[in-house]
Amino acid sequence: MKALIAAAAAVVFLAMAGASAGAVPGGTAAITVVLPYFAFLTLSVGIAWRVWWWAASPVPYRIPTTCGQQRSLPWIRTAPIDNPDNRVMAAIRVAIEALVFRSLLRNSRTHVAAGRLVLSEARLLWLASLVLHWSLLVILLRHLRFVLLPTPFFVPPLDALDGFLRIGAPALLITDVLVVVALIYLLGRRLVNPLLRYMSLFTDYFALLLLLGIAVSGIAMRYVAPVNIVAVKEFALALTAFHPVVPAAPSALLLVHLLLVSTLAIYLPFSKLMHFGGVFLSPTRNLANNSRRVRHINPWNSPVPTNTYAEWEATNADKLKLAGLPLDEADRVR
Amino acid sequence: MRPTVSDKPVIDIELNAPKGDWRDAHVELRRGTFSNASLPKDLIALGLPNPRKWQPTDLDWQLPADWKGILLRGMQERLAKYRSFRLFMDVCVRCGACADKCHFYLGSGDPKNMPFARAELIRSVYRRYFTLSGRLFGSLAGARELTEDVVKEWFYYFYQCTECRRCSIYCPFGIDTAEITMIVRELLSLIGVSTHWVTEPAANCYRVGNHLGIAPHAFKDALDFARDELRELTGLDVEIPISRKGAEILFVMPSADYFATPHYYTLLGYMMLFHEIGLDFTVSAYASEGGNFGLFHSNDLMKRLNAKIYEEAKRLGVKWILGGECGHMWRVLHQYMDTMNGPADFLEVPVSPLTGTRFGNAASTKMVHICEFTADLLYHEKIKLDPSRNDEYVVTYHDSCNPARAMGLLEEPRYVLKRTCNHFHEMPAKTIREFTFCCGSGAGLGNTENLEMRLRGGFPRAEAVRHVREAHGVNLLACICAIDKATLPTLMDYWVSGVQVAGVHELLGNALVMKGAKERTTNLRGEPLAKEAANA
Repeated sequence: MKALIAAAAAVVFLAMAGASAGAVPGGTAAITVVLPYFAFLTLSVGIAWRVWWWAASPVPYRIPTTCGQQRSLPWIRTAPIDNPDNRVMAAIRVAIEALVFRSLLRNSRTHVAAGRLVLSEARLLWLASLVLHWSLLVILLRHLRFVLLPTPFFVPPLDALDGFLRIGAPALLITDVLVVVALIYLLGRRLVNPLLRYMSLFTDYFALLLLLGIAVSGIAMRYVAPVNIVAVKEFALALTAFHPVVPAAPSALLLVHLLLVSTLAIYLPFSKLMHFGGVFLSPTRNLANNSRRVRHINPWNSPVPTNTYAEWEATNADKLKLAGLPLDEADRVR
Repeated sequence: MRPTVSDKPVIDIELNAPKGDWRDAHVELRRGTFSNASLPKDLIALGLPNPRKWQPTDLDWQLPADWKGILLRGMQERLAKYRSFRLFMDVCVRCGACADKCHFYLGSGDPKNMPFARAELIRSVYRRYFTLSGRLFGSLAGARELTEDVVKEWFYYFYQCTECRRCSIYCPFGIDTAEITMIVRELLSLIGVSTHWVTEPAANCYRVGNHLGIAPHAFKDALDFARDELRELTGLDVEIPISRKGAEILFVMPSADYFATPHYYTLLGYMMLFHEIGLDFTVSAYASEGGNFGLFHSNDLMKRLNAKIYEEAKRLGVKWILGGECGHMWRVLHQYMDTMNGPADFLEVPVSPLTGTRFGNAASTKMVHICEFTADLLYHEKIKLDPSRNDEYVVTYHDSCNPARAMGLLEEPRYVLKRTCNHFHEMPAKTIREFTFCCGSGAGLGNTENLEMRLRGGFPRAEAVRHVREAHGVNLLACICAIDKATLPTLMDYWVSGVQVAGVHELLGNALVMKGAKERTTNLRGEPLAKEAANA
């Protein structure tokens, strides 16, 4: 509970800081110019450093987790993706993991009722995670409209698709709803499920609440207290063109949104939000299960003491003779 | 009067909401739920650090003065050597998909047995000493000090993981608790914290050749005994060559096959098969152990024990190696042997002398699993079977963790089983193949002092067997793992009485029609065949 309260307090504090920044001299400039540049730098350098830190480490053993039939005899049907036999199939396995969260889809619920084990289907975690990540991607792509000129060709159709329900004006964007629903579900299960509540850390709540804060402030700018989109776009384009202009009297919501997004960018490389690295780099997923066919090399294969045959025969010679078993030593004498 | 029978087990399985804070490292060592400590003689024999007489129940574990420095330097070294460790310390999001997948959690209800909780036990120490946020924000960032209580907690919970990898298949990032457990056990071994049931077999294997320390003459006696028994059963002289130079194939099996039951019947099955097909093979007194308890201690020890197999294959001048039924043995052979002790360039790509099948999947390691070998023989109809000799059995198949999740050997044993017996039923889909539940006694936990925890850990597997026993009258649990054969009988007796445990090649031996053999009236266990029983 302490972790949740601390995380909520941190996000509320950030939001309030953003909301009141306009009243402080230099506050607007700090949030609209200095912070975004700093955040972008931290994000890029941070991610590059973390991925390098993982990728630079050796993979001494070939340890894929196999989730289907191996390739052995030609007439046995194999599971070429869940138990990949070569690099291409291993890459496909990783791609499916990254795009549709294959492993989470396996999920089931197991519990004990009246002394019996009960297994049941459980796909909600998979669905919520998939919805969250794909919505975030669509939202991120939609935001390219603000920072790139001309607007990339795929953004207008994406906007149209996202708003195809045509509810209200401006049209309700489906991903806006989905992202909030998914975040609330993921937060809710952490609070309701006693096992998750037991293990959840500050960072688990903070990441969800921060994303929720970003989503809510963004949505509010569209539907509740609309901001001047043209002015926002001018400001953002100037920022990305490295000719930053501090906006005169920006909306408090915009400042909150920018502050929370910048916080996320700065926080991301140092947090569990780097979990995508696991999808691509895990030796249990990105290696082919062909360790008997192709020798895997351990770059630091250090020597170890062994009990060699000669040593073993010397200590067991009497017993070998007793049993009438052949000795190498006897061969040499003869 | 008929005695009153109560089905209420002594062990109550209940999953309650966890209480307290997982950061509290204090451990309650309940008798029956942990393993005894290593004896100094075995650590000395293996040249391992800090040999001393101690027990986990002692207040003072007599750790070396600089235990904390040794552990932290050990972590640093392993963070540099293993991408798995580096990555798995960082990428968990605690989504909880793994929480209810661990048989020890399901059987014990202890929240620290949830895979993500088990990993947090070391991840919290990693954060405290190896990350900026952990150093700055401490417990708010999920960091913990490394204390003696943490060492005791690691010992308890990382020897309550059977390295079965079931949680790993559900993890969206492929985090493998087996890998974390292996590294923590390796760290603990640096300060002399390990268990008797792991280091004694390892020391025996290193010095004498096999887990029980059966010396060469006794090894020969055991095989001579099998030869006598087979003569009685079949009327044939089934020769078992030992350390014969120039044989085509070196056969390596887990030593339990020649000193324990029901493994022994599997040994009879292999030997009948080899005799029937006239295989040019030899077993070895030096490499008389396929199992490798080094896997449950440290990668170095695994490598030291495994080295014998290639060395012996080279000395004997064989062409390739065939391996018997064993789970963790095959984890080592499949995923580690070639990397650790290869290249086996003195051997040839395995080719079945009967079918001509080239085992391209073993082209580098040059070692073939007996189920692959036998399935190929059956597919090419090289042997004749009479499955009715197994008619007394209603069979189900338990996938051993390592062949299932570290290899993918799923169909080969089933192919053999379905041809050797007439009554075969699968357990529920979420409990077999890659989803298989562990026996609860793997990775060096199969000792008697740990019996309660073994029975708890095996509960999910037993429940799946109970399901098919009730639905189809299953009375035989087939498997291809020596630890399964040693521990599943106890598990079945406790949770699902009336189910026997057998190796796949025992059932093959029962069904095998041998040229020139006398009429069979009993199975390999000496029990009358179903049709004999019906006639009587």
